[in-house]
Amino acid sequence: MAARSHPGRALAAHAVLIVYTLIALFPVWIIVINSVKSRRAIFGAPLALPTPATWDPVGYTTVLENGDVIGYFLNSAIVTIVSLAMVLLFGAMAAFALSEYRFRGNTLMGLYLALGIMIPIRLGTVAILQMMVAAGLVNTLTALILVYTAQGLPLAVFILSEFMRNVSDDLKNAGRMDGLSEYAIFFRLVLPLVRPAMATVAVFTMIPIWNDLWFPLILAPSEETKTITLGSQVFIGQFVTNWNAVLAALALAILPVLVLYLIFSRQLIRGITAGAVK
Amino acid sequence: MAAPKVRWHIAVFLAPAVLVYTAIMIIPLFGTLNLALYGEEGFRGFQNFRVLFGDPLWSDAFWNALGNNIWFFVIHMLVQNPIGVLLAALLASPRLRFAAAYRTAIFVPTILSFVIVGFVWKLILSPLWGIAPSMLGAIGLKGLFAPWLGQEGSALTTLALISVWQFVGIPMMLIYAALLSIPDEVLEAAEMDGITGWALFRKVQLPLILPAIGIISILTFVGNFNAFDLIYVSQGALAGPDFATDILGTFLYRTFFGFQLQLGDPNMGAAIATAMFLIILAGVCLYLFGVQRRLRRYQF
Amino acid sequence: MTTVFRIALLGSTLLAGVAQAQEPVTLTIESWRNDDLAIWQDTLIPAFEAQHPDINVEFAPTAPAEYNAALNSKLQAGSAGDLITCRPFDASLELFNQGHLADLTDLPGIANFSDVAKSAWQTDDAAATFCVPMASVIHGFIYNKTAFDELGLTEPTTVDEFYAVLDALKADGTYIPMAMGANDQWEAATMGYQNIGPNYWKGEEGRQALIAGTQKLTDPQWVAPFEQLARWKDYLGDGFEAQTYPDSQNLFTLGRAAIYPSGSWEISVFNPQVDFEMGAFPPPVQAAGDTCYISDHTDIGIGMNAATPNPEAARTFLDWVASPEFANLYGNALPGFFPLSNGEVTLEDPLAQEFISWRDECESTIRSTYAILSRGTPNLENETWNASANVMRGTEAPVDAAARLQQGLDSWYTAAPQ
Repeated sequence: MAARSHPGRALAAHAVLIVYTLIALFPVWIIVINSVKSRRAIFGAPLALPTPATWDPVGYTTVLENGDVIGYFLNSAIVTIVSLAMVLLFGAMAAFALSEYRFRGNTLMGLYLALGIMIPIRLGTVAILQMMVAAGLVNTLTALILVYTAQGLPLAVFILSEFMRNVSDDLKNAGRMDGLSEYAIFFRLVLPLVRPAMATVAVFTMIPIWNDLWFPLILAPSEETKTITLGSQVFIGQFVTNWNAVLAALALAILPVLVLYLIFSRQLIRGITAGAVK
Repeated sequence: MAAPKVRWHIAVFLAPAVLVYTAIMIIPLFGTLNLALYGEEGFRGFQNFRVLFGDPLWSDAFWNALGNNIWFFVIHMLVQNPIGVLLAALLASPRLRFAAAYRTAIFVPTILSFVIVGFVWKLILSPLWGIAPSMLGAIGLKGLFAPWLGQEGSALTTLALISVWQFVGIPMMLIYAALLSIPDEVLEAAEMDGITGWALFRKVQLPLILPAIGIISILTFVGNFNAFDLIYVSQGALAGPDFATDILGTFLYRTFFGFQLQLGDPNMGAAIATAMFLIILAGVCLYLFGVQRRLRRYQF
Repeated sequence: MTTVFRIALLGSTLLAGVAQAQEPVTLTIESWRNDDLAIWQDTLIPAFEAQHPDINVEFAPTAPAEYNAALNSKLQAGSAGDLITCRPFDASLELFNQGHLADLTDLPGIANFSDVAKSAWQTDDAAATFCVPMASVIHGFIYNKTAFDELGLTEPTTVDEFYAVLDALKADGTYIPMAMGANDQWEAATMGYQNIGPNYWKGEEGRQALIAGTQKLTDPQWVAPFEQLARWKDYLGDGFEAQTYPDSQNLFTLGRAAIYPSGSWEISVFNPQVDFEMGAFPPPVQAAGDTCYISDHTDIGIGMNAATPNPEAARTFLDWVASPEFANLYGNALPGFFPLSNGEVTLEDPLAQEFISWRDECESTIRSTYAILSRGTPNLENETWNASANVMRGTEAPVDAAARLQQGLDSWYTAAPQ
């Protein structure tokens, strides 16, 4: 109604958003266009688009010859997706218990679970590694999944319990009247209602897992378990002056995530908006 | 309606999270923090803390890192969160075309790894490569260019802004979700009363998204005081120039794991980690018991 | 003209009895040399495996910056590889003292190395050796010969000539006179301070005196290299404050900078990248006719993880690394990493020959901060990185930097009574 009558305002909004979009995408653009240019062209005219004269995909051939990019990508995908699922499920269950029931030690348990937000898990590296060695999990994706699940839980519980407190009691009580078990109330009534929060947590949890360099390096550095982030870091180290290869490795690390994100983004937004009370 | 019987379902709901979290995170972490009370010769009480805060070799570095960390946080609060709110407010305005495209694009930097972000911004800001200088040149401002990452006065701020660039998508998404969850009737009622545009945002929407802003602030705080990777990939573990970009995370890493010829000192590292932990704990408590209560009152 | 590693070739009673393992064992090498991945995979490991079909070797490098942290964590937890690439002096000594590196004193191949070569991986009393020396690197200045010829410049031998060349390059303006950045800090320290320093503190004489406590970092001969770095500032590229090590390498190999203060380890990186002729000169001396000193730094060795399940196979491999065969393969696959073996090694790369020829003209020493003086906190080597970068950026005066380093050293180090 009112908004429609302000074309000037809409124009200004578009201007701001377009400028910011350019700022957000510019660095990615720089990597991608330069990854297919010859070495001299990269340095001579970094802003120029590749032309037939400067076209040179040598970086990609170097990278693809030197590493199992697809394998790395699959490792990253498996680790991220499984950890994410576990964080979301376990996190939501714990958050539900904390926000729904009054029991002795509730606050204490909440604080206990929040402690992990405050200390980087990296500090426990040596102890974690010892544990994984003892359990024979070194150089397995399981080790990474366990660590990332533990790492993601505190924040998940923290955010989800905030949101779950806002779920209306009437709904849950009505469910109880209908004889639903507590599990059914959680899975059938509450979980669908906190989908936007779940989407938020998913994003928060996924990014650090996907991008982590440290634990893959320590827990699973073998060729078979290398993640894409570790893989691209190795390339950068190995070809530090070979910018064709570095840029190609970076582009290859970006593109799959970008595609995954573009697919996931729709789900994410749908999750967020579906939860909005209409 | 608290039932007297044992409510097993509470335990079932809590068990998986508590078990994984305790085994993989808490036990190793507290094992590590415990090291702060030991030295090579064995138990030494709070001696490591006395060194950390009393010996200028350590305390200067600690206060420098803490000061830098506070500045890093301030930049995020003053730049990242307002930009996030602004973008979210624009995106949430009704009948905005291409909203999905903008939203998707602006979130892209957030999904990039630190390896990529550090590398590409070093390239762009490199005085040799010429992207930043020639772009400034194109608008007649070449004189403004300086090797920002190499100067003590500007390096930390530059890195903080790079970090803002990377993470602005998170406050944007959270605020956006909060704005969408405001019932249409509330907005329509306000519009009936003639409240539109900026006034609508300030008087109606802003109070309703304050809890979301609160969560974002505390997440930013915790994230910034645990930050490490961006500085490490772009300036190295010595956080140059002359420790101008040293924050608690890099200081901790250098001490705990060692660097180059310096072997790691897990005991002093643990002392630093404990100090960081207490700082963050204080901040979180301040939020939980001060800010959040007040925000709640707004909400209802 | 081939340069030859001389010195007696000791009996190469190598290849000690191989364990009669039925199943092939796999040995993993921990290393920071990720640049060398291809050389290990394509040249070195196949050569070894051809002789020892029952032993598989895997080279698993970590980026240099993460190497120490990652390795220490893995050693403590017991998941480190069988073979450990050793940094020289204090860093590896500490690993040996903690029981992570095995004693290799009785490895037959160790006899192929001189005392100097072994000193980097021995206890202070030289009683135990814990790594097989692999290579040393020599500091110096690499330059663009094509550019020098174009401008009629010749290799400088004295400090005055050096600045005359830099001034000429600057006046001409075609080339950035010198490629060096302050961002990574270690460039200024390693390729600046430790490169030219030995000419001022007279190599081993000064280094030993510093350890003995008879010289201080605040003495003129230790401040002078900082004063030189401060002077270099005017000849570096615009914005060198934010220039990284790879930036510097690219500036030089793209032909935009004329002189690159560096070391022999760049040769193998630069060779495939440059399209001009390269030359090298040793650090210029203060006055014509002075004795020249070079940093000929024992940089890399390899040892055995004390906790390896395959000590026999690991020792077999290490004995092979100590052999002249390995020295020849390694020295030529990686020109600029000069094998330390007493065996005869023939180097083919002309630039590598140039570097190694300085051993005949100049006195050799190692980096001043590596042995003994980097055992405490603050760590002298790491502090020197920071100080050198500060001095080069002009934010700290040479005397102040030197005073700060000495103060840090004094806080934990007292020279052993003579």
